[in-house]
Amino acid sequence: MGILEVKGVGKRFGGLQALSEVTLSVAENSVHAIIGPNGAGKSTLLNCFVGKLIPDTGSVMFDGQSVLGRKPHEINQMGISRVFQTPEIFGDLTVMENVMISCFAKRDGAFRLHPFETVAHEQDIVEQAEQMLMDVNMIDKRRMHAASMSRGDKRRLEMAMCLAQEPKLLLLDEPTAGMARADTNNTIDLLKEIKEKRDITMAIIEHDMHVVFSLADRITVLAQGTPLVEDTPENIKGHPKVKEAYLGESA
Amino acid sequence: MKFLGLSRKDTRFLIIVILLTLATPILLQPFPEGSGLATFNAGYPDLMQRFAIFGIFAIGFNILFGLTGYLSFGHAAFLGVGSYTVVWMYKLLDYNVIWGLPLAVIFSGLFALLIGYVSLRRSGIYFSILTLAFAQMSYNLAYSVLTPITNGETGLQVYGNDAQVLLGANEPTSPHFFGIVMRENFWEPTFGGWSFTFNNGYYFTAVIAIIVFYISLRIFRSPFGLMLRAIKTNQTRLNYTGINARPYTLAAFVISGMYAGLAGGLMAAMDPLAGAERMQWTASGEVVLMTILGGAGTLMGPILGAGFIKYFENIFSKINDQVLHGWFAFLPDGLEDFLIGVSHFFVGKSWHLTLGLLFMLVVIFLPGGLVEGGQRIAGLFRKKKTTGGGGDPEHHPKETPHVAE
Repeated sequence: MGILEVKGVGKRFGGLQALSEVTLSVAENSVHAIIGPNGAGKSTLLNCFVGKLIPDTGSVMFDGQSVLGRKPHEINQMGISRVFQTPEIFGDLTVMENVMISCFAKRDGAFRLHPFETVAHEQDIVEQAEQMLMDVNMIDKRRMHAASMSRGDKRRLEMAMCLAQEPKLLLLDEPTAGMARADTNNTIDLLKEIKEKRDITMAIIEHDMHVVFSLADRITVLAQGTPLVEDTPENIKGHPKVKEAYLGESA
Repeated sequence: MKFLGLSRKDTRFLIIVILLTLATPILLQPFPEGSGLATFNAGYPDLMQRFAIFGIFAIGFNILFGLTGYLSFGHAAFLGVGSYTVVWMYKLLDYNVIWGLPLAVIFSGLFALLIGYVSLRRSGIYFSILTLAFAQMSYNLAYSVLTPITNGETGLQVYGNDAQVLLGANEPTSPHFFGIVMRENFWEPTFGGWSFTFNNGYYFTAVIAIIVFYISLRIFRSPFGLMLRAIKTNQTRLNYTGINARPYTLAAFVISGMYAGLAGGLMAAMDPLAGAERMQWTASGEVVLMTILGGAGTLMGPILGAGFIKYFENIFSKINDQVLHGWFAFLPDGLEDFLIGVSHFFVGKSWHLTLGLLFMLVVIFLPGGLVEGGQRIAGLFRKKKTTGGGGDPEHHPKETPHVAE
């Protein structure tokens, strides 16, 4: 039994069958990658996990409970954190405040009215956030205005915000999309570091095969809305169906 | 030096605000009586009360608009609810404002809960339109259908045959706070050419204004305030961080509605009248202007904005052609008439034109409002210390600007 169990998921947008009969299982403490060419339905699938889309058919179970019909913040409170394709951070706030919000979300849940405490006096939150920033080597940037940072740093910050919640499952949506080679390698290193340091389950949606092969324990290849194969990276590499999906039928 | 749970910097800030508020009757009376510039004096009770009341209104509005970015165009509705509540308490009980004011806050809070619950299902422009629609509905109801409660176009006031069950034999017959009559002055000293008025009503509103300013300061520094600022910056991220933004925005909406109700109640505490026009959309628009002009999202901005607009409304509208003749009398006739002709468009009844131009200038050149202007001036004096450049770690431009020091 994996922590995330997807069974027979289908989603149709008008005349386009974006997903059909997607079944996969993400095992606990593993890195599971979902790869596929453009338009394969990777992002649609991910949006079905986090409550942004509700599939027409099938079920998505997380930790024994269905996520379907729940709101994004409820699903997050169940233990799924998400990293976006373009980093989504609180640009007008400082780096420290960004991470503190995650810590508050973890401690206080989806809503708590606390208008008379003072942020600076919340010792446990401050310590947690500082520890987290040290873990990702950003402690010297804590007072910086988040929007003014480089893209790589924004990605790092977003990752820190997700990790501060100690999620049971971390979803990454093309974490290296649009990055220069150097930034891509930095991100891969960061992800490897996270994987080694913590017992964490990750599901990565990725277009770039290079990123995936160095990280994943298992890979699902998606093409035209259905899973082609699911196997270890070694076996996927030479798989004829994968080549076909990526390079076209003539290859 | 920690005071009331505030940091050292905030304590200093609060003390400055308290001193300025308490010294207002002196500060606003800089010119001697009878001099040509005496027109610009603003230290009379009626106007000072309005500064404090609209300050409260704007401080509350800023908790919603400045922090969450949700622009409400219907806050005047709460102002009206507050006023009606207080006048009703005069009619039913007696002229002591102690009964009406807390109720004004409670009723406007409940009303805000209702309107906010519906309006906050949408964001952006749709939210603004919904609040505007609600406020206009309230205005029209108060004006016509609800006449038994609001006394329609005449406005609600106290009549001789009202119950006033608590009214004692020797009790004052105008609003008072345990015998302190609002419209009376407790001290009217004259020093040389200068004369000052220390009014009960002003000090009553000023003390309340300081208390609610302190509350807003605490909200700004609280985790709740942090969440509100996060809502303004990136609601997507907030949702995917496991936080439900709606109750936070609703709480901010209700709190700002309560501030508006308190301000409306205080209006009726200074002058025992309540009319439907207090709920009109122009009044809602005014508090938006005050907040933006002063600097949305800053602590001091809304107060500055409120003072600025009320000052213009009262002082510039007083300057008529006669006053202008007095100023330009020393010039040759042709030039005098020309200058008066030009000035005529900017003062007296046309003061809105001046305000409009100033508002445009501020929005274009100082997007952060008057507060940003103050910071830039302060920055000029401190130039040596600043290192410049946007990238250094010590530099964090948008951390809640703190000003007016």
